[in-house]
Amino acid sequence: MKEKTISIMGSRKTKSVVETSAQVIFTVCALAALIAVAAITLYMVISGAPALTEVGIKEILFSTVWAPSAADPQYGILLMILTSIVGTFLAICIGVPIAVLTAVFLSEIGNKRITKIVKPAVELLAGIPSVVYGLLGILLICPMMYKLEQFVFADSQTHQFTGGANLFSAILVLAIMILPTVINISETALRAVPQHYRASSLALGATKIQTIFKVVLPAAKSGILTAIVLGTGRAIGEAMAILLVAGNAVNAPQFFNSVRFLTTGIVSEMSYASGIHREVLFTIGLVLFLFIMVINIILNIILKKGAQQS
Amino acid sequence: MNNFATQTGDGVLSKETHYEFVSGSSSIYQKKVRIADTVLLGVIYLCAAVSVCLLLGIMGYVLYRGLPSITWEFLTTVPSALKGTFGIFANIFNTVYMIVLTLLIVTPIGIGSAIYLTEYAKGGKLVRMIEFTTETLSGIPSIIYGLFGMVFFGVVCGLGFSILTGALTLAIMILPIITRTTQEALKTVPESYRSGALGMGATKWYMIRTIILPSAMPGIVTGVILGIGRIVGESAALLFTAGSVNMMPKLAGMGIFEHALKSGGTLTIQMYLSMTKADYASAFGIALVLLIVVLGINLLTKYITKKLDTNK
Repeated sequence: MKEKTISIMGSRKTKSVVETSAQVIFTVCALAALIAVAAITLYMVISGAPALTEVGIKEILFSTVWAPSAADPQYGILLMILTSIVGTFLAICIGVPIAVLTAVFLSEIGNKRITKIVKPAVELLAGIPSVVYGLLGILLICPMMYKLEQFVFADSQTHQFTGGANLFSAILVLAIMILPTVINISETALRAVPQHYRASSLALGATKIQTIFKVVLPAAKSGILTAIVLGTGRAIGEAMAILLVAGNAVNAPQFFNSVRFLTTGIVSEMSYASGIHREVLFTIGLVLFLFIMVINIILNIILKKGAQQS
Repeated sequence: MNNFATQTGDGVLSKETHYEFVSGSSSIYQKKVRIADTVLLGVIYLCAAVSVCLLLGIMGYVLYRGLPSITWEFLTTVPSALKGTFGIFANIFNTVYMIVLTLLIVTPIGIGSAIYLTEYAKGGKLVRMIEFTTETLSGIPSIIYGLFGMVFFGVVCGLGFSILTGALTLAIMILPIITRTTQEALKTVPESYRSGALGMGATKWYMIRTIILPSAMPGIVTGVILGIGRIVGESAALLFTAGSVNMMPKLAGMGIFEHALKSGGTLTIQMYLSMTKADYASAFGIALVLLIVVLGINLLTKYITKKLDTNK
């Protein structure tokens, strides 16, 4: 009781010191994120830019020859950039429809009992580490792809067989990996659509499916767009899951080619690279970082627009 | 086509023709079969089934392949060429060590940041910047964190390949998770709690410490658990920062603290190494351990959220 009295009557000075220091400490904590992003940007540029001037922007970004350990080393990363773009795009094309329709099922169609099974399943999918996806990719998807490859190129004399470790396998793994992200965010967006939209549509005589595709999905447009953009970010930045699945030779992004993504390019050579080679790997990191920043800015614009609409 | 309608009398007939005019169906008693609807519904069910089957397939396959590798020896020994054993005990130890160290660094910062954003900040450009950067941090892929951690903490700060380098890198990575869940939790604390405390003469910090934080505790704990999930599953960010040593450190004396400055591989890193060596048996063993941890974390967060709901 005595302590309490002291705390209320306590000198104004100590109290204000505690108050001010608390506020200062919290402000500093809040600035941590800002500082972290600034530091990451700074160090990505510092470590990625030198190679651009040393080797030449054109020789790095627009050359297709990657031969870092040759006598006359070449550091063209164009094919990796293209692979990352094509791979991500196709993974989105496969993954997003499945994910959005699963979200539709969860929020519009499934009854409570089924939703109770599907929803935790999706959450668990999100938590599975990417290496595990990679492992399953090697042992389940690659053999299937190899069979498909043998079937497609049965008569081909020129095709280099990849044993299933090719762009197609990597795309499938990426498509599966983005499912939980897209499902969760789309579902939240769909659930946020006001109930009276559905009621009005149904009252006008639209069927449930018409309501979903003509009313609910358009209304949740910006949320679903957010989901797709986040999915893109996840797919383009994924490294460990596709490292061993994509085959890892620098080739043009065709379905049955062994390919190398920007991310896998960094991981597979960082452990032994040195000198300019290492700097170029950081340049790859910088390119990837730029992609991510563009995606983040797009995301920010979408979110702002969505906030304005509502 | 209109036979049925004409037979049913005038009143119905007029209704019927009117209806026909609108939708072209022959009778209000006949339901029009929409093929497109049925197909779309089927597709929706199929997609949901695919998502569930994927999970069941993954769980089942990992269980089937991983269970034979899980033995007492696998879990409690370290790799030894001399004894010819392969175990992951050091990796389990490193993972736990990494979790503790990372959380020690990030939890205060994350919670502090959330407190600032919900209790102190009054809007404006700075807050928008902080929120944007927090959002950005959660979008940066782990490989970029790995590169940054290697250059900044490893080379510039001189920590080299060590668990501390890894923990600092991961701390930045899970900062947005902690901040955001804490922020959500703080927002759910009713405004009346605040006015009540302030009205009784409590200072702001006293109010936050004794009223706001305890009420938001379950939410904060959820954030921390989600962060643990992320740490356990992380690999790309640790490959170049914490290294891959899978031997047990000497823990006598100050060893447990010095361990922070030594290289140590977590479970995911060991799993990746086993994969590259095509040692799939141990890779699946570790995968199973990881899946069980993930499952446990999911159940735990569910339990806490449920408790949070019933308390209200």
